[in-house]
Amino acid sequence: MSPLYIARATSIAARVLDGEMMIMSAKDSTLFTLNPVGTIIWQSADGQTPLAEIVERKICPEFEIEPAEAIKDAESFVSDLASHGILRVSDQPINLTQSAGGTP
Amino acid sequence: MGEVASVAGLSLVIEIGDMPILVRTDSPEFLRMLEDRYSGFVRPHTNPLCEFDVELVPPGKITDEDEVAVRFQAGRWLIERGDLRAEWDPATGRGSIRQSANPYSIDSALRILHSLILARQGGLLVHAASAVRNGRAFLFAGVSGAGKTTISRLAPADVTLLTDEISYLRRNGHGYLAHGTPFAGELAKVGENVQAPLAALYLLRQGAKNAIEPVSTGDAVRSLLENVLFFAHDPELVSMVFESACNLVRQVPVYRLTFVPDARVWELIV
Repeated sequence: MSPLYIARATSIAARVLDGEMMIMSAKDSTLFTLNPVGTIIWQSADGQTPLAEIVERKICPEFEIEPAEAIKDAESFVSDLASHGILRVSDQPINLTQSAGGTP
Repeated sequence: MGEVASVAGLSLVIEIGDMPILVRTDSPEFLRMLEDRYSGFVRPHTNPLCEFDVELVPPGKITDEDEVAVRFQAGRWLIERGDLRAEWDPATGRGSIRQSANPYSIDSALRILHSLILARQGGLLVHAASAVRNGRAFLFAGVSGAGKTTISRLAPADVTLLTDEISYLRRNGHGYLAHGTPFAGELAKVGENVQAPLAALYLLRQGAKNAIEPVSTGDAVRSLLENVLFFAHDPELVSMVFESACNLVRQVPVYRLTFVPDARVWELIV
């Protein structure tokens, strides 16, 4: 299975408030609040690091989760965010200077 | 009162939130209706922030939009609803409104216009009642039925009502000023045209006892955003409104106010 790369969309506004990551889609004004795991994935979404690597390096040690289970949950999570247009997902590294819309 | 005759017609300046907007019309009857509707907010002619020519048309459908639609195209904001069509060029401040001779259409156009102007200034229009007591302003936010009109109606004599429906907030240094508005709800009473520093935001809920409880920052932002009036699907402005809501909850205490609908609730608002 090819690696998944994730990058934050540009048409969003995000803020950490009291440790809680809040993201608003500028397209439809939908507001999202991320849990600590989601926040780490979001903050690591640089378009260059494979999702599996983010999970194995940053999520599993921190939250003591099995990699297989964690990766499955992470893929579901990024798919959900991508469906709302606030995260870009691709099987190729994503250049952050490119225009948004790389969600396959 | 504030009326002048000019080559282009009759006009008056409606100043809400210290933002003077000139409205021009050829109809003396419509002008009188505006003077009556915005009583307390009509100002002598100064340098207006914006100028609008109102074109009055017979009652009927003006656009195909059932819901309000606000979009920016070719350098102009376009506001459309079934009963009105307005354009505004933010670069020149000039615009036009096409509607029938009724106060509701221009009321909507003004609210939307103010929401657009405020978004760039870090201010907000909030679905909330607001009032001034001892020189400090308090906001009571909530959806219809939460108690905005009820708590406004219960206000004692030493309280000055700014609005029972649409509150107007502008940045003022690190804080906010709450301004009175003519936008009334069920109370059907225009607010006082005064302003005061915002001391607290209460998220309203009617219940079996009076209580003030703290609200987490996240809940405060979510609740505030649920009550912010903003109509444009413009990514830049939506981001600005989000930032403004985040800033406000960092600067102003936010509480959940559960209240029994009687006058004792105002013993808590000091």
